[in-house]
Amino acid sequence: MKIKQTKYMKLSGLEPLVLNENSNFINVGERTNVAGSRKFLRLIKEERFDEALDIARHQVDGGAQIIDINFDDGLIDGKESMVRFLNLIAAEPDISRVPIMIDSSKWEIIEAGLQVVQGKCVVNSISLKEGEEKFIWKAKQIKRYGAAVIVMAFDEVGQADNYERRIEIATKSYRILVDKVGFPSEDIIFDLNIFPVATGMDEHKKNAIDFIEATRWVRQNLPNVSVSGGVSNVSFSFRGNDGVREAMHSVFLYHAIQAGMNIGIVNPALLEVYDDIPKDLLEHVEDVILDRRDDATERLLDFAETVKGSKVEKGVDLSWRENPIQDRITHALVKGIDAFIIEDVETARQEAEKPIDVIEGNLMIGMNVVGDLFGAGKMFLPQVVKSARVMKKAVAYLNPFIEAEKGDKQEPVGKVLMATVKGDVHDIGKNIVSVVLACNNYEIVDLGVMVPPEKIIAMAIKEKVDIIGLSGLITPSLDEMVYLAKEMQRENFEIPLLIGGATTSKAHTAVKIDTQYTNAVVHVNDASRAVTVVGDLLNKKTSNNYVAAMKKDYDEFRAKFLKRGKEKSYISLNEARKRKFKIDWKTSETIKPKEIGVQILKQLSLKELVPFIDWSPFFRSWDLHGKYPNILTDEVVGEQATQLFADAQEMLSEIIAKQSLKPKGVFGLFEANAINEDDISVQKKGNEVAVFRTLRQQLKKRDGIPNIALADFIAPKDTGKTDYIGAFCVAIFGAQELAESYRSKEDDYNAIMAQALADRFAEAFAEYLHKQIRIKHWGYGANENLTNEDLIKENYKGIRPAPGYPACPDHLEKETIWELLEVEKLIGVTLTESLAMWPAAAVSGYYFANPEAKYFGLGKITDDQVTDFALRKNIAKDKARKWLHPNIAEE
Amino acid sequence: MSNIKQALQERILVLDGAMGTMLQRYKFTEEDFRGERFKDYPTPLQGNNDLLSITQPEAIKTIHGKYFEAGADIVETNTFSGTTIAMADYQMEDLVYELNYQSAKIAKEVADEFTAKEPHKPRFVAGSIGPTNRTASMSPDVNDPGYRAVTFDELRVAYKQQVEALLDGGADLLLVETVFDTLNAKAALFAIEEVKEERNIDVPIMLSGTITDASGRTLSGQTAEAFLISVSHIPLLSIGFNCALGANLLQPHLEAIANKTDLAISAHPNAGLPNAFGEYDESPEEMGEQIEEYLKRDLINIIGGCCGTTPDHIKVIAKIAAKYKPRRHAEFVSASH
Repeated sequence: MKIKQTKYMKLSGLEPLVLNENSNFINVGERTNVAGSRKFLRLIKEERFDEALDIARHQVDGGAQIIDINFDDGLIDGKESMVRFLNLIAAEPDISRVPIMIDSSKWEIIEAGLQVVQGKCVVNSISLKEGEEKFIWKAKQIKRYGAAVIVMAFDEVGQADNYERRIEIATKSYRILVDKVGFPSEDIIFDLNIFPVATGMDEHKKNAIDFIEATRWVRQNLPNVSVSGGVSNVSFSFRGNDGVREAMHSVFLYHAIQAGMNIGIVNPALLEVYDDIPKDLLEHVEDVILDRRDDATERLLDFAETVKGSKVEKGVDLSWRENPIQDRITHALVKGIDAFIIEDVETARQEAEKPIDVIEGNLMIGMNVVGDLFGAGKMFLPQVVKSARVMKKAVAYLNPFIEAEKGDKQEPVGKVLMATVKGDVHDIGKNIVSVVLACNNYEIVDLGVMVPPEKIIAMAIKEKVDIIGLSGLITPSLDEMVYLAKEMQRENFEIPLLIGGATTSKAHTAVKIDTQYTNAVVHVNDASRAVTVVGDLLNKKTSNNYVAAMKKDYDEFRAKFLKRGKEKSYISLNEARKRKFKIDWKTSETIKPKEIGVQILKQLSLKELVPFIDWSPFFRSWDLHGKYPNILTDEVVGEQATQLFADAQEMLSEIIAKQSLKPKGVFGLFEANAINEDDISVQKKGNEVAVFRTLRQQLKKRDGIPNIALADFIAPKDTGKTDYIGAFCVAIFGAQELAESYRSKEDDYNAIMAQALADRFAEAFAEYLHKQIRIKHWGYGANENLTNEDLIKENYKGIRPAPGYPACPDHLEKETIWELLEVEKLIGVTLTESLAMWPAAAVSGYYFANPEAKYFGLGKITDDQVTDFALRKNIAKDKARKWLHPNIAEE
Repeated sequence: MSNIKQALQERILVLDGAMGTMLQRYKFTEEDFRGERFKDYPTPLQGNNDLLSITQPEAIKTIHGKYFEAGADIVETNTFSGTTIAMADYQMEDLVYELNYQSAKIAKEVADEFTAKEPHKPRFVAGSIGPTNRTASMSPDVNDPGYRAVTFDELRVAYKQQVEALLDGGADLLLVETVFDTLNAKAALFAIEEVKEERNIDVPIMLSGTITDASGRTLSGQTAEAFLISVSHIPLLSIGFNCALGANLLQPHLEAIANKTDLAISAHPNAGLPNAFGEYDESPEEMGEQIEEYLKRDLINIIGGCCGTTPDHIKVIAKIAAKYKPRRHAEFVSASH
């Protein structure tokens, strides 16, 4: 039903509960009511308040959005109990986060309750039963205490028990509250009395339908109010037959909610899904609730005989808890459910001869299922990482028992050393592979990031590892890997070396690393392959053959690759310069930035970056491939992608709420001219303050296709025109700490999630800042109006190439940017010896504004440019070779 | 009094800065605090800043004057601890009415002088109502979470007395500030409503909460929005945050409520976070730069300073505030009983 409403009720505990036009039914917990729960009554009578608090906590955990609290019982001091209980609740944030409904028929209890709750409560209830004067006085007090109110359909004559009386009393109450008290209409909730049906008495036949129709009228005619009621009353005459009661509650709610009932006291355990009610039962129940036939009651009574008790467990399907212990453990691992794992592992431990058997038996059986499903593509990486979380919890629980029985250690199938190499800080991929291998019972020795080669060698010897895995994201890391392979050879290592990370490739591994080490070197770039590769390498029976096959494969690959490389030809640097990308500087406009100079972004909130997030790479980091948002509905990975995305959104809101990540950025806009063909002179007030060295494509191209360098996009000095350039660095701080806080709780899933989100935020920040540059600080794109999709597709004018990426693969230029913008001093982002940025979630680069500027890949360059570059930059040629060598064509 | 509502539609109003920081510069001794009148008082009185309204009124007047000179539209009375509950530390419960009355009177005199000089820029006095030193919804005893050191009714009675004295002394509006426990604030609001009803008057109320850390919650655990909802039953002139954080750290919390309310929004942050010596050393320019971010984002109707801010800070802030339009907010809705 469409209800016109201008204001919506807002309540609060520690957190807000705000209704709006899309609000679903609000569920009020009723177990903390001495009239509704015998257990609660007994606990209060015996002053066992701690256990009474547990009931409140269960209600909130179970999804109650408000908790109703009532101490109306002849044998307890209601006022004292109310104050004490509410004070205790205030000290329990997991309970007091929801609003409180203070429920009593005695005003002094209600007022005592209102005086001890800081949030906006609901008073349950007041009515015209005691006359208008008292009604007005109470309503005024409630308003002054700042609570919403439930108004019972009750007046001096009695309780409203038909359609007309409900409307009459509701209207009268509403007018008094709104007109005479000034009570906010959105804070009025009518309880229109739910009475039992099918009692056998004719006058009760219309009880349900009258409530439903009165609800409809009230919501349509008394603006902004809510309607509530205690649902279980309606099925009172079927006590003992939960099957019928559940169906009656669902049918009643189905129709009442459509009519506008938006709040209710409902026991979720006594509720059937409307669509799951068998057709015949549904028909009989609807006949009764909607009073569709004279003999509806008799027919339902007859039919009820055939309906067995309650069968459907509500909410989460816990039927798997009934299964044998091994099935339960396997289920928990496959589904990544950690709620019961300790309990189940304990059961298994008691049954097992030795605690170690639980790991080697029960848990490994479960993890093998996970491994098989993963291998068969029926499980995806995020699920496996969740499985690992469950596994870790189980093992952490068992370890003390295992240690107690000395000498009885778990035998891992192998020991793997993992490290991100010296100078590099990127470790998401490494962490994922570690988790997946750990799941498969490998022991992981994780040395972290920026690990010097000596340490890797020393630890490998000390820990007697069976395999070494290296990871890196930036190009200088490739050299580190080559160096480590050499060192392994020198130290006469025999164990396999695994290579992974975004910048690595089979080609580089085959050509540069494999040739340095006589034992196995394998390039593994996705986590799912890591398990089989490691398994094959360490399997004593097959490993020799596997390694030999691997070596042969890499030999052949290398031969083919090198041959292909030779087919390309290059032109000299001088020739390339003649073929530069030509902009007509006579007509091309150079736009002066609105704000010249360096600026820091201090006070940016993460929230502003969210719309700029490009989600596709996020899924890629989890080995789920596809374009966002289509990936969410993808036939193969859609379900997992959706789940992963939901988890990401949850963490995202938490990060924003707690500000656990902190964006910092710096940028500068300067006067600039191209000089010496390929350099860009950056000036402040006419004085040169920095020179960017750019590199020029040298691949031989067809006529008319230019050989580009970034310097081509800036007006040369001899044109006499002043042109401009920008530079920036943005970073997200706090990811490491956040990930660590999860890891310390054995939660690798969320640790990896935190890092992946920080990376996305850094990229989003770069995108956001580029937009601000275009429309505001530089201002050349002030009129652009692009959607987020356009941004991802780079449909804007100007570019922001980053050192280390295709247009300018030279990382050394970062040092120039760092000096020019004082990056380290101003925002604290540092460069490692390999010129990786720390924190890792960071982006730096240049801004070019010319509309003709475009992204390109440098490709390979030849020795003459290396010589020229070293000369221009005034560095040794060896140093230039070292940094440029991934881009130097083989002679 | 409707003046202030009108002014609020026209421009961003500037609130004064810290009183305590300015008083520290006088380096008043125990004797200075006591003056002639309290020279034989049984308890130590140094540190009872509110008392200076009686024993050193010229200093208080001078400070108010400096803030008005710096461009403040509103000064706060020197009554942050002016309740029987907070004054119990000095055994000065009986003096509460006089303290509040005198403080309001002094501030009002200075305000009237400035208004007479610059009629186009009327000056206002906000009666400062602090949180007291007790919390109604938290236990001071970790072993007894159900215990409370103060009740709602005790707070209500104490606040009512303070409110009556402030209004009698000439306060134009009331500022319930530094709210770290919403229940305390609700007691103050309850008391104000009682006074309004008994005297049949309307008086503008500013309410300012305090968010103590990056969790974005009040000390009593509420989120910014939950806090807003919990005090929205009373017609307020403005809502906002003060103290605990510097301007930059306060910004996300202002943003959190800005799009959830039609009320005017106020902020009076500290001059940064205290340094190793407990001093606030953010310069007026640094603070002004951060405040300008608020204004650029259209977050603010009333802006001022809390701990560590001085007339120099307010001067910079006033200059910046004059450049921007106030945040658009709904017309003040008066109470309907």
